[in-house]
Amino acid sequence: MRTLISALFIGLMSITSSQVMAASGGIHLDPVEIDLSDKASLQRGAQTFVNYCLSCHQASYMRYNRMGKDLGLTDTQVKENLMFASDKVGDTMTVAMRAEDAKKWFGVTPPDLSVISRARGTAWLNTYLRTFYLDETKAMGTNNVVFKDVGMPHVLWQQQGYLHHDEETGHLDSASQGDLSTYDYNTMVADLVNFLAYMGEPSKIQRLELGKWVLLYLFLLFLVVYPMKKAFWKDIH
Amino acid sequence: MFASLMGWVDARFPATKMWEDHLSKYYAPKNFNFWYFFGSLAMLVLVLQIVTGIFLTMNYKPDAALAFASVEYIMRDVEWGWLIRYLHSTGASAFFIVIYLHMFRGLIYGSYKQPRELVWLFGMFLYMALMAEAFLGYLLPWGQMSFWGAQVIISLFGALPVVGEQLALWIRGDFVVADATLNRFFAFHVIAVPLVILGLVAAHIIALHEVGSNNPDGVEIKKKKDSNGIPLDGIPFHPYYSVKDIVGVVVFLFIFSLVLFYAPEFDGWFLEKDNFVPADPLKTPEHIVPLWYFTPFYAILRAVPDKLMGVMAMGGAQALLFLLPWLDRSPVKSIRYRGPYFRVALTLFIISFLALGYLGTQPATTLYTNMARVFSIIYFAFFILMPFYTSIDKDKAVPERVTMK
Repeated sequence: MRTLISALFIGLMSITSSQVMAASGGIHLDPVEIDLSDKASLQRGAQTFVNYCLSCHQASYMRYNRMGKDLGLTDTQVKENLMFASDKVGDTMTVAMRAEDAKKWFGVTPPDLSVISRARGTAWLNTYLRTFYLDETKAMGTNNVVFKDVGMPHVLWQQQGYLHHDEETGHLDSASQGDLSTYDYNTMVADLVNFLAYMGEPSKIQRLELGKWVLLYLFLLFLVVYPMKKAFWKDIH
Repeated sequence: MFASLMGWVDARFPATKMWEDHLSKYYAPKNFNFWYFFGSLAMLVLVLQIVTGIFLTMNYKPDAALAFASVEYIMRDVEWGWLIRYLHSTGASAFFIVIYLHMFRGLIYGSYKQPRELVWLFGMFLYMALMAEAFLGYLLPWGQMSFWGAQVIISLFGALPVVGEQLALWIRGDFVVADATLNRFFAFHVIAVPLVILGLVAAHIIALHEVGSNNPDGVEIKKKKDSNGIPLDGIPFHPYYSVKDIVGVVVFLFIFSLVLFYAPEFDGWFLEKDNFVPADPLKTPEHIVPLWYFTPFYAILRAVPDKLMGVMAMGGAQALLFLLPWLDRSPVKSIRYRGPYFRVALTLFIISFLALGYLGTQPATTLYTNMARVFSIIYFAFFILMPFYTSIDKDKAVPERVTMK
């Protein structure tokens, strides 16, 4: 009996340990710290997002005013600093580029980024955005370590500069210096990924906040119902 | 006032009689342990799924062009939509955890044995209906795994000889999984299968209350009654087990909330990553993995080289569970008094089931496929050899009365 129970629980526990690493194709991914309470980081990430991503990619499930509210910005601040593609603050983040045109220009329609952090994972995004390298055989002149033959060009080349990829060792070296130091570029990407993580699930902020109250309530309820059970059962032997 | 009102009702509808038959004068054995929480918890989760499901249908759109976006609309723009959706998605996995533990209880204490064969059969039909319900529901978010999971499972019908392809086409309503499929799956998921489940739950409980509950000792408490005809080892379900089950409910909800609020994806086990990519009929995902509760059977399917034989093996693996009451020849119910053969066989079976569940989530490499074959053979041997090892097993003496350990 005891062996059965322990076998069952060991089995259940092993399920909870991490699933497959399939998405990365075996390439090492650099994890990044996600902190949805860091409003400054999210605001910087949002800035990068609307300036560099939101010209080709949409985030068609994300509303500007919802973002403003969650990031601690007023509607006016959102309108003045973050809205270039739309004029109503209740709009979702769509782009004017038509899907057919995008397909013609990039080979594929750039995916909607609303839930990309949940599909790809934040470590993947953090690695992807920092591993574009020069590759003359590609139409855009660049390739990517974690997304082989990606249609997207190295949009942040001005900030990062260009990298050279050594086919044999797999190492990346700087081919030309960008405007930002490596440290500053990494921070910029980390902020952007933090924002993408927020955008993947805006309600996560509420979820984490509500969770502790629900757990506290259930704990207090347990302190009532367990003695109640004891009291009813005191004569049962 | 209340007495006269109840008298009026009782003359027209057996309200008091039903209350007494199923709660206040339903005598359950007094020695229920941890494993006996999962029946009432399954009821709780069923109600949770129905209530959250109703609210989800208010904003969900069963349309291939709108479904994915409508789920995100629920997650973002609907008030408390995220909570309702996570309750439903976490509830689906919780349902299977509870049901598997409930079935495990039946296995270790012989609850399927005479006179509870019909309780077991209704339960098994419920399990089948629940798997159908989960499969149908998983298509609705219209993500990549929804689409390709359904594509793979429906194509299994295509393996049947002669009628196979026509049957698969008839189920899909199109040549691939498409809008027509989504629409009909929605209809089945929100009304047809839930009606079947509710009917079976009623039958399951009526059958149980007719014969009375088993217990960890596998002793029939109805054999020893006092002068009033009340089982000596029985206590009224209400209030004893109602107050006890409330404790179980609170503990369950605590664990459930931990997952719901802090890990609703459960690291890809409850909500798969690929399902955050909208369904794309032109792009097959690298690994098509069904959700965890199907993976033992999926592993058996893949372990057989021939597709038709694989489908039959998968069906057989489920069919054998139905036959359990007639395969087990031991006069003893509870594992506490069973001999070594059954104990070893059950342990191997549980290990195989869990191992198959794990292997079903992994890519089918040669090593994993061979392992799945070994565990599949153990799975089937547990049932097929059961009439032999249970009839020659060295069972222990069963006590006259229940014990309180």
